[in-house]
Amino acid sequence: MTTTAAPPTAAPPAAPRRSGAARGLVTHPTAGPLVALLAACLFFSFQSEQFLSGGNLSLVVQQVMVVGTLALGQTLIILTAGIDLSCGAVMAFGTIVMAKLAAEGTLPPLVAIAAGIGVCALFGLANGALVTFVRLPPFIVTLGMLNIAFALTHIYSEEQTVTELPGLLTGLGETFPLGRTDITYGSVLTIVLFLCFAYLLGRTAWGKHTYALGNSPEVARLTGIRTTRLQLGIYTLAGVIYGIAALLLVSRTGVGDPKAGQTDNLDAITAVVLGGTSLFGGRGAVLGTLVGALIVGVFRNGLQLMGVGSIYQTLITGGLVILAVTVDQFSRRKVRR
Amino acid sequence: MSTPVLKARGLVKRYGQVTALDGADFDLMPGEVLAVIGDNGAGKSSLIKALTGALQPDEGTLELDGAPVRFRDPADARRHGIETVYQDLAVAASLDIASNMFLGREIRRRGPLGSVLRMLDNKRMREESAAHMADLKIGLRSLTQAVETLSGGQRQGVAVARAVAWARHVVVMDEPTAALGVKESGQVLDMIRRVRDRGLPVVLISHNMPHVFEIADRIHVQRLGRRVAQIRPSDHSMSDVVAIMTGALTVAPENGGTVGAEQR
Repeated sequence: MTTTAAPPTAAPPAAPRRSGAARGLVTHPTAGPLVALLAACLFFSFQSEQFLSGGNLSLVVQQVMVVGTLALGQTLIILTAGIDLSCGAVMAFGTIVMAKLAAEGTLPPLVAIAAGIGVCALFGLANGALVTFVRLPPFIVTLGMLNIAFALTHIYSEEQTVTELPGLLTGLGETFPLGRTDITYGSVLTIVLFLCFAYLLGRTAWGKHTYALGNSPEVARLTGIRTTRLQLGIYTLAGVIYGIAALLLVSRTGVGDPKAGQTDNLDAITAVVLGGTSLFGGRGAVLGTLVGALIVGVFRNGLQLMGVGSIYQTLITGGLVILAVTVDQFSRRKVRR
Repeated sequence: MSTPVLKARGLVKRYGQVTALDGADFDLMPGEVLAVIGDNGAGKSSLIKALTGALQPDEGTLELDGAPVRFRDPADARRHGIETVYQDLAVAASLDIASNMFLGREIRRRGPLGSVLRMLDNKRMREESAAHMADLKIGLRSLTQAVETLSGGQRQGVAVARAVAWARHVVVMDEPTAALGVKESGQVLDMIRRVRDRGLPVVLISHNMPHVFEIADRIHVQRLGRRVAQIRPSDHSMSDVVAIMTGALTVAPENGGTVGAEQR
């Protein structure tokens, strides 16, 4: 080793040149999913004339708003390298709590809604506490919580669907006209939520810290980030978002159904993965998740219009997920050498 | 004789039956590069963790510029102006360089955008990062590229630049060259020299004897949880130092924390 000051300025040639496409996929994690969504829309618009009509597109958004909102909370947790299997069950419990309290007149409708969201937040807090303080794997914690929430939903509802809900609970299902298309308030709420979290993750210190936590909790801690508080907060916040999803579900179906949302946890994870967020944490974006949820919605809707049966839609969605993860892994391996 | 910048006396840390630190002393003098060496299990990393707030010693005292201090956690040590570059735990891979430089200390926009909406001032953070990187002669094409796209040496450069940018008292580097090739190691050693030349003392933990002898002003030898010698590289051969490290050679009186120049 000589001591000639060879500054690292000379380093760039040492960094091998990467293919532009691979790098683009990493620097803009949402670009790939967006291309996929547009391609799917293009394909289905050739297959069915109805597909691109305003009414149909509004329907797609309505169909994905519940799972999309769940997937938003799920994205936050997956960004920290966690996973939440309980999101659908927690939402179902929130649904029953707010529907039953309001329908039976135990609480004023607005307070009942707050109680439902609060219950979901408590589930999030419990998940977060077990992951953060007891250091259990998120997979196991939320698997347990899935069963607890599922059972509580059935115990509390006594297996009965709650009907005759006050107007406030179903208000988000109402529509307003935009041009000749009817849009639900719930769809708008979902999109606004996504935009808020895109801002929070992209432009605030909280967002940077969340990504850093997902990259490595130890790096984040040693950098001086209060990781326990951050992680606990993220799980709780995800719970609040599931509570909002519960309200959206009630408004869409008009009832409190204890059997609702049973496969929504996996659909939410599907949306996150299709949206380009890495299951290993620290990489991804919430707008990608919105695109991912829309991809699922567009495929289901488009295949429906083509007359493909529902079970084949599920089959194709499964294939899509595996394809998305393969593309993701492939592009990363290329960039990381 | 000037006051040590960082001084420790009688640090003890036990983990159940295992004693990691057994009354360890430590002295870092102003403006020097102090290498800390020792065999595996000698208590190097426990010592460093105790000095940087990553662990709380069971016994012993710490002084910063002659005043007693206690660090509750790494953030606390940071607030006191001690910055640490950890071996494998230096940077958040998916964040860009500027975000890493300011991680945990982000600057927000002025006015309501910053105070109410908590919006970060990315432009300013990028400009300041660029200035710091240029100071240490670390050349990078873009501060917006994710750290994971950089080479090992460049990554280490980001970590060092961050430490230097924020350190007011001490920069601690834990095995900064362990994962690097020959050329990149040379770059990091050059950076350490530049840091010292700005007047900041550096604590360098390393296994690499040639690197230690190339750059250190003094060497702290850790063995069995204690400091067994403080020597100058010019006074001893590399094989002597290895012998001290393994206990084959002992250095007469440890003379309680004064600088090793008087030792023979």
